[in-house]
Parts: sequence; C-alpha cells; structure tokens
Amino acid sequence: MSFLPYAVAVWLFIVGLYGVVSSRHMVRTILSLAVVQSATYVLLLAIGYRSGGQAPIVADIPPTTTLVDPVVQVLVLTDVVIEATVTALLLALVVQAHKRFGSVDPNDLRPLRD
Amino acid sequence: MSRRARLWLFGVAGPGLAAVLVIGFRGLPAFGHYHGVYGLVVNGVELSMRHATDYVTALNFDLRAFDTLGEEYILFASVLGVTLLLRVMREEDEEFSAAGRGLDGSSDAVRLLALVLVPLLVALGVYIVLHGALTPGGGFQGGLVLAAAPAALILAGRYLELKILAPSWAMESAEGIGAAGYALLGLGGLIFASVYFRNFLPAGNPGQLLSAGFMPLNSIAVGLEVMGAFLIVWTAFLDQALLIRRRSLEAR
Repeated sequence: MSFLPYAVAVWLFIVGLYGVVSSRHMVRTILSLAVVQSATYVLLLAIGYRSGGQAPIVADIPPTTTLVDPVVQVLVLTDVVIEATVTALLLALVVQAHKRFGSVDPNDLRPLRD
Repeated sequence: MSRRARLWLFGVAGPGLAAVLVIGFRGLPAFGHYHGVYGLVVNGVELSMRHATDYVTALNFDLRAFDTLGEEYILFASVLGVTLLLRVMREEDEEFSAAGRGLDGSSDAVRLLALVLVPLLVALGVYIVLHGALTPGGGFQGGLVLAAAPAALILAGRYLELKILAPSWAMESAEGIGAAGYALLGLGGLIFASVYFRNFLPAGNPGQLLSAGFMPLNSIAVGLEVMGAFLIVWTAFLDQALLIRRRSLEAR
C-alpha cells in the first residue's frame, strides 16, 4: 500500500476543491480551502518518511537511529502558520461582506460601490 | 459565476486535474524510500555542531532562521490586515454593557475548569517555548498554547476579564517585541558572527536548557509574537460578535 498516502493527498485536494466550488456559505468555502491545504501536509509528510524512521528528535533515542526527513516537517510547520493567517484574513473579509451585503452566500456578492 | 456554472466547470476540470496529479505523483519516490540529501545532512550535523536534540526546531530557528523571519512577518502582516478589516467602522459603536451577551450559559463547573486551566496552560506554554531545541515544541507551538491561557476565560463566560488579563496594548507590544526581537537576533549574527542569522552563542551541553546556541532566544521571540498575534486576532473577532453594534439611526 505504498501509494496510499499520496492517494489520500490527491483525494483531500480534489474533495476540498469541490467544497470550494459547491459551497453556498462563505465560511464553508474557507473551511474547504483548509481541507485543500491539508492535502499539502499529508503530501509533505509522506514524501519525507523513511521506512522504519523515527521522529527527528534525539532527546531520548540514540542519534544513529534511522530518522525521517526533518526538512519537510519544517515546511509543514510553515504551511500551518500560513493557513492560520489566510483563514483569519478570509474570515475577517466574510464578517465585512456580511455587514455590507447581509448575506454569506457567494452568489449574493456584488461589486463594491461608493 | 452561478453555482451551476461553477459545478459544471469543476465537473470538466476536476477529473483532468486528478489525472494530472496522479501522473505527477507517479514520479515521486516510493513511500518510505526518500533519499533527500538535505535532511540527511541536517540529521548528521545538528547534534554535533549545534547541540540541539530537536532537529525540526534546529532547522526552524537556525539553519532556516532566515525563512522563519519571512514566516514571522507574514503572520505580522496578516494580523495587521485582520485588525484593519475588523476595526470599529464609522457607523458602529462599541457597547461594553453588552459584553456578556450570549456567554451567560456557562455553568459553575465550566467556569472553575477554565480558571484551573489558565495557570496550567501558562506553565505548559512556557515549557514548550523554552524546550523547543530539546523536545517537540518551539516558539510557534508554545506561543499558541500561551495564547490559549487567556482565551480559556472565554469558556468561563468572562469576556471583559479576558481584556483585563490580556489587554490589547500588552498583546500588541508582545507581538511587536517578538517580531522586532527576532529580526534583531539575526542582526546579532551579523555583528558577532558576520552573517545575518548565524549562531553567535556557545552551543552548551546537549540536552540542557541553556544549549543549542541562540535557538532558545529565537524560540522566545517567536513565542511572544505568536501569542500576541493570535490573541489580537481572536479578540478582533470576538469584539465583532460581542461588543461592536451598528449605531442606531437616531444616534447617527
């Protein structure tokens, strides 16, 4: 089953994208975007895995143990921070859109005037 | 574009995208057989050269410290964006008398639990920030746990007390000092080791709190910034829900 993690990443990406496309509520759109991003977590962590590898933290295991790749884990950490910031900004935009248009349906959005 | 048009477009493009992804993924190394050289080098040198036992933190706050600077300022800029978007608008007022509205329902047991949680979360957050270079954790994770401590007061239905325990000036200074401090630590590398963000402190003994060079300092700076940033964002959203009201027509 060595392809399973990659399949999960593809599946999360497509399903999240479907959520973005089909949603009738902007908060749901943003949550779907988070699902799309979680595909990158799975992909990065899956790429860095080495068979039988331990977490790259040698506080209580001998440093000669086989370790998984720490570089991709740092990239995931960056990814998580970016996702949090993007989500916060988008949610703030939704709050303002709701005030202005009285709706959170993407179809009800109109161009800004005045 | 209408929802039907979007779905139709997705129905056509989605399978194509999936096919391209599957073809692309076939070129990746088989799961568990990655041979990236960079990771192997990091795993080989971090303990011997920097005396850090958590290689992820060692990468974050030493080898990729410059990238983390960019990450820090992405967080900083987005907090700026959120506070700008959620400021009190011209036709709005803050109603402090209404602050408890919608939060009255919490029971005594939940309130007690929230009060017990606050010191525990502070202790855990400080521990995770300081031990970033030794065990799983670091500034980003610990800062978030620290931010959760005042936020536990929301569970207790005490929103204004959250603003007393974590006033906005304190959160803004924590964020600013953290962000500036991290950039200054890089400058320390420029001054004492002639390269921006090169380690300029002794490595110490592996496994001890004061080891791994300047990583603990970087971790503290990032922890401060993350704590401030998340509390600013959360209070900005909660202000919208609990305090900010559209000014009534006769008051305008």
